[in-house]
Amino acid sequence: MKNNTLAVPGRSSLGRRLLPLLASTLLLGACASTPRNPDDPLEGYNRAMFSFNEQVDKVVLKPVAEVYDAVLPTPVHTAIGNVFGNLGDPWIALNNLLQGKVADGLSDMMRFMVNSTFGLLGLLDVATEAGLPKHDEDLGQTLGRWGVGEGAYFVLPIFGPRTIRDAAAFPADMAANAAWNSSHIPTRNTVTAVRVTHERWRALGTEKTLEEGTIDKYAYVRDFYLEQRRYKVFDGAPPRVYEDFNGASAAPLGSGVDTAASRAVENLELLGSGGAKLALRSPADESK
Amino acid sequence: MNMLNAMKRLLAFFCTCLALIAPAAMAADVIAPDVLVRDVTNEVLAIVRADKAIQAGDTHRVIQLVDAKVLPHFDFRRMTMLAVGRDWRDATPAQQARLTEAFRTLLVRTYSNALTQYRDQVIDFKPNRIADTDTRVQIRTEVRQAGAQPIGIDYMLEKSDKGWKVFDVVVAGVSLVTNYRSSFSQEVRSGGIDGLIRSIEDKNRSLESEQARK
Repeated sequence: MKNNTLAVPGRSSLGRRLLPLLASTLLLGACASTPRNPDDPLEGYNRAMFSFNEQVDKVVLKPVAEVYDAVLPTPVHTAIGNVFGNLGDPWIALNNLLQGKVADGLSDMMRFMVNSTFGLLGLLDVATEAGLPKHDEDLGQTLGRWGVGEGAYFVLPIFGPRTIRDAAAFPADMAANAAWNSSHIPTRNTVTAVRVTHERWRALGTEKTLEEGTIDKYAYVRDFYLEQRRYKVFDGAPPRVYEDFNGASAAPLGSGVDTAASRAVENLELLGSGGAKLALRSPADESK
Repeated sequence: MNMLNAMKRLLAFFCTCLALIAPAAMAADVIAPDVLVRDVTNEVLAIVRADKAIQAGDTHRVIQLVDAKVLPHFDFRRMTMLAVGRDWRDATPAQQARLTEAFRTLLVRTYSNALTQYRDQVIDFKPNRIADTDTRVQIRTEVRQAGAQPIGIDYMLEKSDKGWKVFDVVVAGVSLVTNYRSSFSQEVRSGGIDGLIRSIEDKNRSLESEQARK
């Protein structure tokens, strides 16, 4: 079910269509109900921005990514992804080094050298085949590793889910990736457009799963983002805990108790019951 | 001498019997969790790879496949309990049964559809250390894709009297089960357990009618 009739609106008409939408969603957000999730004090604004982003995706990003998918053959998609991936590796290397993960950082630098030469300027990812795996690091993760708190959940326009910390680090990530870019403005704009399109293309198909599999898409995306970021910052280290809610050990909490308090109680409960509730240690933890 | 020979023959007979019985006894034993995950994954992906209808997005067909091959190895009651969280305790057995049924339908439909997106990504099965005494294990796999970091998919299994059962799937560090918890408890806060059941069942119904229209 591909949308082949893609109307590409001009810049000004696009702006005319999106700006009022943005303004109205922000206004709506301002008078939304009080938030209940301790991770998400800005929920009113965030929900508004989330639905604004959904509209932008529906009107622009997704249709363009679908054309990109239909027009180019798979090897070209792979090569484009490899080139962007290669240009990102020095920044990933630097972030690994800043986090004290020297072996990973050196491996990323090796990747960049191998792929830029034997990989024909990054068109091929020969480093992965050679046993140098691609890593995923950014400045937000580095700050997290250094102990900077994540702050509230925060949905950026167009770029989507972040925390305050990650949103603050984001311009540096952008600048690092743009450092390779040409100073020739049309070339630079084209490269940026292809990069954004490629990123969206990679996620094609997930929106269907999200749409079908959730009863509150916004909350699901938020919790997915937050949990994944924590996982990435600690490279999988926080242990996963599975409770057994069949037991009648805890006094039921009233509906007035907020989530933070009930979570704190849950955590205490887990600590108290010892071996009955098992915390699975993650593999990253074990290897240390 | 004769006596010794007879004993030897008897011993040999016993040994043969043991050798014959042992594999049979082991077969009756449960399949190891890592073997289970690997075999089921390989079998299902082989079918998807060969089935043009599934690749074209035939929901009915892929759900049939998942029903037959995958679902017997999942513990949906446990999964629902983990998704609902502490509100589970306040649910009556009848509500728990309805919740489990509704959540099961939601998960099966969603992830069966996701399976139609599978093309030719390579799945790596990571080495797992499993002790005989373990009753809960994490089986780690990775989906390799060109030019990007591999995505980890971990299966959490618990030993039951009916063999090992999956009760959680963790994708890229995120539990696909407990990730529902905050939206579910929000539903319970605004409409009680019955409100949650209703909203999942409504979701299932709307997806069903959407698919029927196609």
